[in-house]
Order: sequence, then structure tokens, then C-alpha cells
Amino acid sequence: MITLEHYLGVAAILFVIGIFGIFVNRKNVIIILMSIELMLLAVNVNMVAFSVHLGDLVGQVFTLFILTVAAAEAAIGLAILVCFFRNRGTIAVEDVNVMKG
Amino acid sequence: MTITLFAFYVFAATAIGAGLLVVLARNPVHSVLWLILAFFSVAGLFVLMGAEYIAMLLAIVYVGAVAVLFLFVVMMLDVDFVELRSGIANYLPMGALIGAVLLMELGMAYGHWTFAGEAGNLLQSPTPTLSEADNTYALGQLIYTDYIYLFQASGLILLVAMIGAIVLTLRHRKDIKRQSVVAQMHRDPAKAMELKDVKPGQGL
Repeated sequence: MITLEHYLGVAAILFVIGIFGIFVNRKNVIIILMSIELMLLAVNVNMVAFSVHLGDLVGQVFTLFILTVAAAEAAIGLAILVCFFRNRGTIAVEDVNVMKG
Repeated sequence: MTITLFAFYVFAATAIGAGLLVVLARNPVHSVLWLILAFFSVAGLFVLMGAEYIAMLLAIVYVGAVAVLFLFVVMMLDVDFVELRSGIANYLPMGALIGAVLLMELGMAYGHWTFAGEAGNLLQSPTPTLSEADNTYALGQLIYTDYIYLFQASGLILLVAMIGAIVLTLRHRKDIKRQSVVAQMHRDPAKAMELKDVKPGQGL
């Protein structure tokens, strides 16, 4: 029998993998963006698992909105990345210090 | 072990393994391909849960659009990815430590957590039984009625993202010849051509 906890466990592991990826690939912005996608995926698993377990469809509606925002975020992030690469010739995020922030 | 449980474990293990390989693969192109596998496995999990519309959305939107966008960008940028991976051994212990701590915290939170007593009475829109409406139908009934404003707003977000991406990446190159329609239309035949009466043997 698959319980809610099974799905929550998978989502938790996926989320931690996403955070782990951000810490490990500190230089490669593309992998960082992919890690963020993984984390959003884990959140979606949580949403759908609770939605199905409680019998409330709203969780799935919000999953849809999270998906939309994730797609928009990926598009903008990659556009900024292309722009940055065109100006600097590299995508190493450690070099991003133009604004001296 | 039922076939459902078996499928769950297969999909879950594939999702987690592919997720790990996304962050650890040497080549970013392989990372994107593992990401696609992770999306597909999670879509399988969604089908197991009975959320088939979200599963299809994941396969179409994430795999078909977002992952392919990643693939395009990874292949378009001419980057030395070996150099980008240089510090990975230094960051690995720290990342593993933070991941372990976070996983432990999440495990503790899940271990001591229960539903509130009145959680069953607080449902916004209870899922109709399968004989009444299937998942896609029920979601459509909900999105296009109660959540129509949020739905339109998410469309607006996508529009803004699209315009933003175009504005960010559009480059107006100055060093190439362009057609100027206005200049072409304002050409006057009387000025465009000049007739010279060339005398024989003299030239201009």
C-alpha cells in the first residue's frame, strides 16, 4: 500500500538533491537552474500528494500555477544567461561581480 | 508486492537516481537528459496518484519546452565545462553535510506531523468520484470557473516572461545592411536618375 508518506519521502529527497546541486555546482549557472527546477518538481509532488490524499482538487490547480511560474522562471533565467554569456564570454557565477554587490 | 507498489518504487528510484545524476553528471548535456528522465519518472508517480492531467502537463510543458530550452542553451553556449567543474571536490563535503542536515530536519518534521482534526471539513473543492468526472474534466471545471482570474494571471505571467526573454536576447546589429522601407518608398524617379549628354570621344 502506497501511503502519503511514501510520496512525501520522495519529494523530500528530490528537494534535498536540488539544494545539494546548488551547493556542489557553485560555478555552473545552468546546473543551478536545473537544481531549482528539481526543487520545484519536489514541491509539485508534495502538492499533488496532499491533493490526492485529502481529496481536494485545489492542490492540483496550484500545481498548475507552480508549473507556469517555473516555466517562466526558466525562460527568463536562460535569457539572462545568454545575455551574460554574450557580454562576458563565460557563465561562471563566481565572476558575476560587475555590480560590486 | 502488488504491481502498483512495484511501479511506485521503480518510478521513485528512477526519479531520485536521475535527480542525483543531474547535479553530478560531468557533461551538462547529460545533466539535461537526466533531468528529462527525472521529469518522466515523476510524471509516472503522478499517474500512480491519479493526477493524470498534471502528469501529461509535466511531460508536455517540462520535457517538451523547459528541458528542450535548457538543451538549446547548453548546446548554444561555447563554454569550457571542465573548468566550471574544477571546484566540485571542495564543495562536495559541505553540500553533502547541508543536504544531510536538511533531510534529517525534514524527516523529523514528517515523523511528528499529523493532520488537524478538522482537515477533512476544510476542503475547498472536493474531488468528484471517478464515475462523476475524471481528473482532467474535474480540473477543467475548476480552472475555468473558480480560478479563472488566477488562470488568466498565469497566462499573463507567461506573456511577460516571453516578452522579457525576447527583449533580453534580441540584439540589433549595426554592422549589417538592412532594408529601409520608408527610404525605398520616398525615392523619387526624378532624383534617382540623372541623364548626362556624353560627347563622343570626350567622356565625362
